[in-house]
Amino acid sequence: MTRRFDRSWIHAWLMLGPSLALLALFTHWPAVATIIDSFYSTPRPRRPSRMVGFENFEQMTADPVFWQAVWNNLWFALGTIPVSIALALLMAIWVNDRIAGRTLVRMAYFTPTVLPMIAVANIWLFFYTPQYGLLAQVLGVFGVQSPNWLGSKDTALAAVTLVAVWKEAGFFMIFYLAALQTISPTLAEAAALEGASRWTYFRRVQFPLLMPTTLFVLVNAVIGAFRTIDHIVVLTKGGPDNATLLLLYYIYQVGFSFWDTGYAAALTVVLLATLGLIAIIQYGVLERRIHYR
Amino acid sequence: MSDVYAPRGTARVIETAGAWLLAVLWIAPLVYATWTAFHPSEFATRFSLFAPLTLDNFARAWEAAPFARYFLNTFVLVTGILVAQIVLCTLAAYAFARYEFPGATLAFAVVLAQLMIMPDVLIVENYKTMGRLGILDTIPAIGLPYVASAFGIFLLRQTFKTVPKELDDAAKVEGASPLQVLWRVYVPLGRPVYVAYALVSVSYHWNNFLWPLIVTNSVESRPLTVGLQVFSSTDQGIDWSIICAATLMTSAPLLLGFLLFQRQFVQSFMRAGIR
Repeated sequence: MTRRFDRSWIHAWLMLGPSLALLALFTHWPAVATIIDSFYSTPRPRRPSRMVGFENFEQMTADPVFWQAVWNNLWFALGTIPVSIALALLMAIWVNDRIAGRTLVRMAYFTPTVLPMIAVANIWLFFYTPQYGLLAQVLGVFGVQSPNWLGSKDTALAAVTLVAVWKEAGFFMIFYLAALQTISPTLAEAAALEGASRWTYFRRVQFPLLMPTTLFVLVNAVIGAFRTIDHIVVLTKGGPDNATLLLLYYIYQVGFSFWDTGYAAALTVVLLATLGLIAIIQYGVLERRIHYR
Repeated sequence: MSDVYAPRGTARVIETAGAWLLAVLWIAPLVYATWTAFHPSEFATRFSLFAPLTLDNFARAWEAAPFARYFLNTFVLVTGILVAQIVLCTLAAYAFARYEFPGATLAFAVVLAQLMIMPDVLIVENYKTMGRLGILDTIPAIGLPYVASAFGIFLLRQTFKTVPKELDDAAKVEGASPLQVLWRVYVPLGRPVYVAYALVSVSYHWNNFLWPLIVTNSVESRPLTVGLQVFSSTDQGIDWSIICAATLMTSAPLLLGFLLFQRQFVQSFMRAGIR
């Protein structure tokens, strides 16, 4: 391009300046610094930080806790993503129909989104409490002995996954609801004229038209699965025996409880790479279909 | 929506029942918290229709922790972030929407990177930065990483792009400077989007927890979420009634706002998400 210098270029850059500076300071530079730091040892009072090459990463591959966090996070993602998306779709279809008390139902679904996770996690903590917690009491009515949901290695991850699903489904519902309302009613009438059943209409018309929304929600759900840890802090602190340790919580632990910043940086690189991969998928495949239609 | 496929007869009953069942499950934690907060502690784990009502739990919670201070901190934090975000995002969005300048595509890609790499992930480095700036344990330290918002810039850019260029030219002919055009033409036309963005931003930062937890350690800077956590975990022998009262207090402003503006809230989330 050989465009002549234009004064408006300066205006544009002046307007962008503050945002770009802050983004650079709190997003881009920290991301680069994390990568650099991951090749250095953690500075200690008597031992300044030094270049250690891939030592942090070697430590990571040999760290059973890291692998447990990776596996936990994968199971957490596999548990939350499909269930919350399916529930969101179901909720949206329900509250899009004219059922009795639709406004109330819609509000109920959406409430968890507004409530601070940290606050409702306290309530869930009570639900899961053995002996006198709500779940234990409900099960007690049926004469079933309630397990220690958060205290047992077998159930803890499922228990925190359930809280995440509860928190996210209503949020995703909004996007589905919005998309459902943009579908022209003439399509339903045409399908009915053809004698299509409701299930066929959903499968052949509604669901395909909701695909862009599903992709958008999916990307959000995947990112969310690697970023939400508020309820872990309240409910389990990663325990019992690291059964609910997720990647971001492990980074938090390593960085701020053990003050091992070099290792925390290496762990963050893994998380950044994961999010970067999701970004590539989004911008490469989904961008045109969602944002710029 | 057309009613051609609206459920009828038995299907309708089943669908309504299912929707209600799920709604009850979804609202249960809030219902429980409300029940417990308004009844004496001995009824926290025992449900009786005839339990007496009380406001005592709220009074005790209010006294047990400096919630007034936490409310003030959260309020300052949320409004500060919102005002700064709106100013910065408006300027940046206008530059992207209406200027052709070298490097625009690259700059836009650089901005969008933040949609994926949220500051929440970079806690260790951002903590170091705040240390170097000497502002650890202050309210600005909680807000600064979020002030330049890729989401806001993107949202407003899309909105500004829909403004007819003729309006722009007309204002320029009248002798208005670019900033005057932005202020008089674009900002008023973008109002619904500003409302949507404000709702999303306020609820996000009201609820944000991990970063404030890391960067604050004193009453003077802690927002509500961190204050609530400190409060409910230091308590010897968990008193569910007080925790529920504190939980309700903490979420009350957002919850009330949501109940009052339910329609706008939902619609603005739609608008914000779908564009």
